[in-house]
Amino acid sequence: MTSYLLRRLVGMIVVIFLVLTIAFILVRLAPGDPAALMLGPDATPEEVVALRARLGLDQPIVAQYLSFLGNVLRGDLGQSLFFNLPVTDVLASRAEPTIFLALFSLIFALVIATPIGIYAAYRHGSAVDQTSISSAMLAASVPSFLTGLIFQRYLATDLGWFPASGYGGPDADFLDRMGYLILPSITLGITNSALILRFTRASMLDILGEDYVRTARAKGMSETRVILRHALKNAGIPIITVVGLTFALLVSGAVVTERVFNLPGLGNLVVNAVLRRDYPVIQGTLIVVATLYVLVNLLTDLLYLTVDKRVKY
Amino acid sequence: MAASSAAAPPGFSRILLSRPSTVVALAVFVVIAAACLFLPALGLVAPGGMSVRSRLTPPGPEYWMGADAFGRDVLARLLIAGRASLTIGLGVAVVSSVIGIAIGLVAGFFRQLDAPLSRLIDAMMAFPDILLALSLVAIFGGTMLNVILALSIVYAPRIGRIVRASTLVIRELPYVEAARALGTRTPTIMWTHVLRNIMSPILVQATFIFAYAMLAEAGLSFLGVGVDPSTPTWGIMVNEGRQFIDNAFFLILFPGLGIALSVLSLQLVGDGLRDALDPKLAKDT
Repeated sequence: MTSYLLRRLVGMIVVIFLVLTIAFILVRLAPGDPAALMLGPDATPEEVVALRARLGLDQPIVAQYLSFLGNVLRGDLGQSLFFNLPVTDVLASRAEPTIFLALFSLIFALVIATPIGIYAAYRHGSAVDQTSISSAMLAASVPSFLTGLIFQRYLATDLGWFPASGYGGPDADFLDRMGYLILPSITLGITNSALILRFTRASMLDILGEDYVRTARAKGMSETRVILRHALKNAGIPIITVVGLTFALLVSGAVVTERVFNLPGLGNLVVNAVLRRDYPVIQGTLIVVATLYVLVNLLTDLLYLTVDKRVKY
Repeated sequence: MAASSAAAPPGFSRILLSRPSTVVALAVFVVIAAACLFLPALGLVAPGGMSVRSRLTPPGPEYWMGADAFGRDVLARLLIAGRASLTIGLGVAVVSSVIGIAIGLVAGFFRQLDAPLSRLIDAMMAFPDILLALSLVAIFGGTMLNVILALSIVYAPRIGRIVRASTLVIRELPYVEAARALGTRTPTIMWTHVLRNIMSPILVQATFIFAYAMLAEAGLSFLGVGVDPSTPTWGIMVNEGRQFIDNAFFLILFPGLGIALSVLSLQLVGDGLRDALDPKLAKDT
């Protein structure tokens, strides 16, 4: 157990180190001199040289890499070229809509997909099962921006049930702002519910074929109790796994969804950073998101230990 | 379904075609691909010149799918854009498979390289697909080739992981041991004995990557960071249609449906392939 934890932690540190290295290399591959980009077309060559020295760009690449690692470990992700602010500040100021969008859409997806997945497995082969599987397949095939634009056009603009876009402006209070997230969360939640539904159904099918379920049934236990007491309890593990897996899907989806609904979140920030060639912001977002992904998946693995007493590492 | 053998299934096409959803999906995909490839090439459809008169005409007898803001035929543009979208999807499926096979075989065969390559795969997979792809496109520029390469880098680790896992199993099998005892060189073993026996899971995964890559490309183009808009793709058409969302929704709907229908049929074909190639994996669906 302790040695497992230790091995997982070392593995995680190696992966995070590789993530940082990839992020460093990526930005170094970008054409053009960052100093010249920062100063714009009117800069004199002397100014560019001075800035290069200040940013450490005149150092050998290994020295640059080491100081990059040191800075990241101290929580310094560099300076945004566009905002002229620390990247960490820029990211923090845009985090709220993205965090709540991801959270709400995950809750939406779990609430929709888990019961349907369990019921579909229970009624394996029935019309309900077939329909739910087909719907999941369809939900995974429709691009989230199409769903989002349809919702925006018909539910928000035509029917006026939801705000169509934006985040309420600077005066909106917290509840107001969350209101702007309802439609985006449903949009993103639909895409994510597909994966969760298929996963829940598959693991429930496995569990329903287990000996202890057959024993419970043979004992004459009512079907409701079999499902609730035995099967559902053991379906907890796969559901935890899928939450870890959907994290990447949520972030990718959030980038597109924020663009559809014009939410001032991290996704919109990174797309604008790409359009503005603001490499430090792109790099910072990659580092933060990938590190979070690694941590979330470590956390889900550790949760196994508490949910399932049989799992021993 | 259980009656077929796993490796080179004699009843492969029978199983593949035994499920109606797979047949329909395959037919739909072939029709879409053929229409996008041949109709514009044969000159049977042309978007027509720009015409102010037919600007934003709704779908009707003259323009089956309406006309866009410049008065061009949406159906014709849809077919032309479809060729680009499908080419990107197929390109990514092929290139990511080649990269993934190389990484996976090396990781599975050379023990000292396994740990570093596996951690590299883990690290690559920690980046969400759209985010990594748009960073790569931002750095290398939005040409069609760069989008294919960027998405291939994003999806290659998935193939790599599968190839590595399969290689680890196959390399311990008696016939590989026998080949090695006979003095067969490692590259030959990798190529003839291992790779040919793991083509099934690779093919299945490549089909899914074809679908994911089309979705990702559409996402990138929708964000305005994909292929240069002078080559239209379905994602670009949706993006262009956005400014007319209130009065000409068909500009968004038809290219959006083109993506959804292609992706859906590819995923169904992928499911069918998986069941036909490896009946052991064919879980009750």
